Amino acid sequence: MADSLHIDPRPRVELRGISKHFGEGETRVNALADIDLTVRAGEMIGLRGPSGSGKSTLLNVVGCVSEPSAGWMRLDGDVVYDSHWLRHDLRRLRLMKIGFIFQTHNLLPFLNATENIAEAMELAGTPWRQARARADGLLDYLEVGHRRYAYPGEMSGGEAQRVAIARALANGPRIILADEPTAPLDSVRAHVVMDLLARIAKDHEAAVLVVTHDESIFQRFDRLISLRDGRLVATEEIKRPGNVSAQAALPTL
Amino acid sequence: MNLALRDVRRNKLRFALTTFGVGLLLAVVMVMTGIYEGALTDALALPRAVGAELWVVQPRTFGPFAEPSRIPRDTRDLIRRMPGVAAAGAVTFQTVQTAVGGKPVRLYLEGYEPGRPGGPATIVAGHGLTESHYQIVVDASSGLGLGESVPLGPYRDPYTVVGLTRGMVNSAGDPMAWVNLLDAQALQFAVPPPLERREQAAKRNPPTTSDINAVVVRLEPGASASTVEQDISRWKHLAAVPEAQEEGYLTLFVIQKMQQQLGMFMGILITVSAVIIALIIYTLTMDKLRSIATLKFIGAPDRTIVGLIVQQALTLGVAAYAIGLTLVILTKNHFPRRVQLELRDLVIVLVIVIVVCLAGSVLGVRAAVKVDPAEALASG
Repeated sequence: MADSLHIDPRPRVELRGISKHFGEGETRVNALADIDLTVRAGEMIGLRGPSGSGKSTLLNVVGCVSEPSAGWMRLDGDVVYDSHWLRHDLRRLRLMKIGFIFQTHNLLPFLNATENIAEAMELAGTPWRQARARADGLLDYLEVGHRRYAYPGEMSGGEAQRVAIARALANGPRIILADEPTAPLDSVRAHVVMDLLARIAKDHEAAVLVVTHDESIFQRFDRLISLRDGRLVATEEIKRPGNVSAQAALPTL
Repeated sequence: MNLALRDVRRNKLRFALTTFGVGLLLAVVMVMTGIYEGALTDALALPRAVGAELWVVQPRTFGPFAEPSRIPRDTRDLIRRMPGVAAAGAVTFQTVQTAVGGKPVRLYLEGYEPGRPGGPATIVAGHGLTESHYQIVVDASSGLGLGESVPLGPYRDPYTVVGLTRGMVNSAGDPMAWVNLLDAQALQFAVPPPLERREQAAKRNPPTTSDINAVVVRLEPGASASTVEQDISRWKHLAAVPEAQEEGYLTLFVIQKMQQQLGMFMGILITVSAVIIALIIYTLTMDKLRSIATLKFIGAPDRTIVGLIVQQALTLGVAAYAIGLTLVILTKNHFPRRVQLELRDLVIVLVIVIVVCLAGSVLGVRAAVKVDPAEALASG
């Protein structure tokens, strides 16, 4: 695991001039316009903005779920988009390099905690027995090991979200994308989840990009980026001891 | 890990009820095949039990089972004297309706000459006919027992049950019964006295009661059936039908309509099963769209998604098939007519079920493949 103060200058996410529009002519909507963004290993970025500002669209684009309309994008050192997708195996890319945490946990209801995590590993090619053992290790790491046989419907919101985070970590992702991960949680559990994400960013040297409306957690990010009408309108560096971005004074945008 | 089985495991009750419903439908399909096979066996049981190699019948008819045939009784003596013929026996066939102990009894009556071909093949209780008149051997499926009296004919003459057979019914499912040829001829051809008097007053010959329906022929070892058949056909009032051809007539003329009827019914049932399976698989898939979107989002390939749906459809189909088969095996002996399960038919039904499940999962697969992974991000 990396030292929490170690700065890894390698960018995990690089966006240059990324735009995304829906429809054409009079019905054209510019969801993202000329976005430049760099997120480095170990950095945790908050994305905020009013509804319709393009936060989820940006998450979809970085997650290779939605194709940009223009621009250039590099993920973990590989250029994946340059006016068109450069890779055909986008699902494989997501599976191996990107971990997703959804607003609602989105665990598969017919699998227990261990199976939900192990399934993601098995999809990536890990043998089932090994995947189960590693899944149990992740559950212990996230302090929900005692719920490994519980199904999502039997877990509290906080427990389910931790299992979802464990699933996001299943294949050692270099990028973690989270869409309102604290929305269904009370403030205490929300801060626990943010602690976990911060720990994961440092321990796994992952770039963490979090969409959130929750003002109570804004101070937990290294940088807070504001979007409006698809444009990146403000970047706020959070000054606090141990803040990777603040200490490293890395160029960000 | 098999996602389909995990989903089934998590929704045991729902899956069990659904499977049981489809299983009932498949049970009906299997019973239909069993009824057809049973009817075929029943229809062929009699000619096969008689052990004829040739049937001598009225020309330009399809034999004693497919349509009426009437030939003189002395035909048997003519045939017996022919080269290559080892034994011959005169027989008649007719359906009789009577009542025993107040209960209606319907029998398919064969008249035969004891000691000659044509009698019951195996008697499981009692003995064969030992008297010239008023004895009867019946199949146990009639419900009659040894010693019971069966009233037959216009004057309800009492026939005593002296022997029982098992599994001998005609193509309509009526139990077989055997009486002496003379009794059978009287039952079939004798006219009541008033009609006889009327015929005499009109100076017409009274109808003969010595006709028979057919002659059962067994050949000597090494004798050529086709040669004997050609020799018999030289008599213009007779025709010889080989056993295989007679069975073919039975299958073609007597069973074919039932086969078509059951085939149509099975077609409807299989179509209904297919629609239900497709609907169930589609509904199960729609219930899982969020999970499918999540699987795609985290990187699951389409083959994993398709596998989830197709495996679930096949699990449903195979489990329903097993339930249906179990139900049929447990209940088949309680049906009023023979239900005969044949491995070939069961394999065909299984193949149809698998094809139906694969076809039924197409709608679900299409819905699943079209799911946008971004739907996993939708709240709620």
